[in-house]
Amino acid sequence: MSHNSNLQDDIIRMSGVNPRKCMRCGKCSATCPAYDEMEYHPHQFVNMVENGDIEPLLKSESLYRCLSCFACIERCPRSVEPAKLVEAVRLAVIRQQGANRMKPEDVAAIADDETPQQLLVSAFRKYSK
Amino acid sequence: MQRIGVFVCWCGSNIAGTVDVHAVAEALKLEPGVVFSTDYQYMCSQAGQNIIKEAIAEHKLTGIVVCSCSPRMHEATFRKTAAAAGLNPYMVEIANIREQCSWVHKDMPIGTEKAIILGKAAIAKVNLNAPLTPGESPVTKRALVIGGGIAGIQTALDIADAGFPVDIVEKKPTIGGKMAQLDKTFPTLDCAACILTPKMVDVAQHDKIRIFSYSEVTEVKGFVGNFDVKIKKHARYVKEDVCTGCGDCVSKCPMKKVPNEFNLGMDNRHAIYIPFAQAVPKVATIDPNACNMIKNGKCGLCAKVCTAGAIDYTQKDEFIEEKYGAIVVATGYNHISMDKFDEFAYNQSKDVITSLEFERLTNAAGPTAGKLLRPSDGVHPHTIVFVQCVGSRCDACAEKGKEYCSKICCMYTAKHAMLTRDKYPDTDVYVFYIDVRTPGKNFDEFYRRAVEEYGVHYIKGMVGKVVPEGNKLKVQASDLLSNKQLHIDADLVVLAAAIEPDKSARPLATMLTASMDTNDFFTEAHPKLRPVESPTAGVFLSGACQGPKDIPETVSQAGAAASKVIGLLAKDKLTGNPCIAHSDEMMCNGCSSCERVCPYGAITYVDKEFRMPDRTTAIRRVASVNPAVCQGCGACTVACPSGAMDLKGFATSQIIAEVDAICK
Ligand SMILES: Cc1cc2nc3c(=O)[nH]c(=O)nc-3n(C[C@H](O)[C@H](O)[C@H](O)COP(=O)(O)OP(=O)(O)OC[C@H]3O[C@@H](n4cnc5c(N)ncnc54)[C@H](O)[C@@H]3O)c2cc1C
Ligand code: SF4
Ligand code: SF4
Ligand code: SF4
Ligand code: SF4
Repeated sequence: MSHNSNLQDDIIRMSGVNPRKCMRCGKCSATCPAYDEMEYHPHQFVNMVENGDIEPLLKSESLYRCLSCFACIERCPRSVEPAKLVEAVRLAVIRQQGANRMKPEDVAAIADDETPQQLLVSAFRKYSK
Repeated sequence: MQRIGVFVCWCGSNIAGTVDVHAVAEALKLEPGVVFSTDYQYMCSQAGQNIIKEAIAEHKLTGIVVCSCSPRMHEATFRKTAAAAGLNPYMVEIANIREQCSWVHKDMPIGTEKAIILGKAAIAKVNLNAPLTPGESPVTKRALVIGGGIAGIQTALDIADAGFPVDIVEKKPTIGGKMAQLDKTFPTLDCAACILTPKMVDVAQHDKIRIFSYSEVTEVKGFVGNFDVKIKKHARYVKEDVCTGCGDCVSKCPMKKVPNEFNLGMDNRHAIYIPFAQAVPKVATIDPNACNMIKNGKCGLCAKVCTAGAIDYTQKDEFIEEKYGAIVVATGYNHISMDKFDEFAYNQSKDVITSLEFERLTNAAGPTAGKLLRPSDGVHPHTIVFVQCVGSRCDACAEKGKEYCSKICCMYTAKHAMLTRDKYPDTDVYVFYIDVRTPGKNFDEFYRRAVEEYGVHYIKGMVGKVVPEGNKLKVQASDLLSNKQLHIDADLVVLAAAIEPDKSARPLATMLTASMDTNDFFTEAHPKLRPVESPTAGVFLSGACQGPKDIPETVSQAGAAASKVIGLLAKDKLTGNPCIAHSDEMMCNGCSSCERVCPYGAITYVDKEFRMPDRTTAIRRVASVNPAVCQGCGACTVACPSGAMDLKGFATSQIIAEVDAICK
């Protein structure tokens, strides 16, 4: 298992989450509406960050399957807030050079007249530097 | 000048590990008044105590200082040692160099320095100590038990069997508590009623036990051995001594749509009711909020049918005042409200129930006569999902639920799952767990039987949400061991809700000046060595009011509490604490400040004649402390504006001397 403690510290600091509070109940994953789309499920995010096993998370498509619905945050009995970890890992990715998930050129292809401008703005915030 | 002996204890390596005990003994030799100083491995042992006794005789000591563990641990031990050697026990001071020194410091020089300072303070105090003699107070040989669940019942029976009269105050119309609502009980699966109701009958028939049901304690005064208690008996509008419990009134009562609390609202009762067939006392009670006669004077049917003439619509609440030597708290628990747990749809679907409701649904005397039927449509459920730890083991920040493990739910859920599979093998039973916690005699074996013999599906994971859809409950859960999210169409969902102390426990604790933890469970005097006593003298703890407990544990604790009560009531007199307040009448100006702060009501005022400097006399109002009631808390000494109040054994001058010794 790879252990990346620098990244681990960054992610813990950025998210403000203490993964050690997790008691492995799995309620976050039980509640997650995007579960089937995700390779790593919310409770695994918590566990992998706790173990410093960050590399696979950085590469995982799961980061972009999370809906940020915060159901896991709402239901977690230990106040661990898994979605904040997902968000922090996402940020770690887009902070890497050239790792933008969305480029201005792509907009024409994905947006139409119905797309609210607000959505594009938040998408840029989330997926590019 | 005192002749003081100093005894420094090593406590094995507990103290000697971080405190240089020889250096402490040597340094303290130089303090004023000290004529002897030594150290020893275990001062509290027989050999250690002998060192103290011999030194008292040999050096004609008038006071001693033991530098050791907390006075809560061994002050009494060393006082006895001193008394055995002919020294007044109140000439003993303890310097706590373990809990307050060696255990909190890692560094030997710092630990040693602090131990010396603590020793100096104790020596400064002993220099001002005076011999004290405790007073005596009589013991009222009667016990009060608050709460009539299995805990209260067992405690009352054990005390009464030892020959002392006991009163049980129960707020519900019958004793029995939660156990009366249970169906079968783990780990042996005997029926709760079969083992409980004979005990209830024993209580009813015991000539030493009185039951005040439908009653509450409203006021407690006094102190250990001498409590004055006021009990409010709520009007039940039925004469208890006349009613035969025949139940004729109940069947005639036209108000029959009142939710039945004994069945947790799953069926209805009448406005006049007997909670269940084996109720004790077996008398009817009228619910004044439901009875037409009491609300607007229309009806009166029950009075007409009652051949015994027991109905009395004009009955009033009654107050009883009684004296007790000891009080046992046995107020039990309830499960928490499910209102904050929307994800389980408890308030949306009748088919999502708590485990206690499940007990009633499977109980032969319950709303379905023991047939397991869905509350919504009365159909037999084929898929049942049990969820453990609902609201237990929550983080404090989550602001719903409790931080502790409720302890009983793993076992009763295994029981429910097993009994369901036994009686209805066509049912699929799932149990979602975070951990299965089944320590205890024959407990883990019991849980394994549910899995291995009865084929209950235990799944490691939690239920995330329950959505009622048509006549199904869509359960979404995680199965952590196979890393899958599960979707189950269930017919019934059973929630193992966390338990919490009864809401009346906190006001009761205030009345008793008994302490509680942040969860409102009563605190024991010592978590290991005094588990059934409250820190308040004369108040004892029995059952789930002290912490989550199953029946075997409750009954053992109930017996233990009873034996402590018997030990107290067997005494004719109690020696009091001589460290109590007294006021200097020449300085007291009768301002009443002390009376207002005394939590025990120990202070009264007397008008006294005083000779004035000019040979005239004057009547002045001065404070007087009742030595039997004063607990020596010291509140009055700081409230007194004229410095008239002082505490024996903890005089202001003694405390200042200690502070001076520390700051020197
Ligand atoms: C669903 C479920 C299933 C269970 N199954 C089992 C089992 O199979 N085996 C087992 O060993 N244990 C079982 N238990 C645990 C068992 O119920 C408790 O261990 C037991 O009831 C504790 O007894 P108690 O007397 O301390 O409390 P309680 O039973 O709660 O009794 C307390 C009594 O005090 C009264 N009271 C409260 N406050 C006051 C007041 N201020 N003044 C006067 N009276 C007051 C209450 O009305 C009540 O009658 C189960 C619990 C639940 C919830
Ligand atoms: S819900 Fe919270 S405690 Fe439970 S597994 Fe997820 S993060 Fe851990
Ligand atoms: S916030 Fe993301 S991880 Fe959490 S429940 Fe929603 S989709 Fe799942
Ligand atoms: S006893 Fe079991 S079900 Fe109950 S809170 Fe503890 S772990 Fe959870
Ligand atoms: S020390 Fe004073 S305030 Fe405290 S109990 Fe005694 S008289 Fe009351």
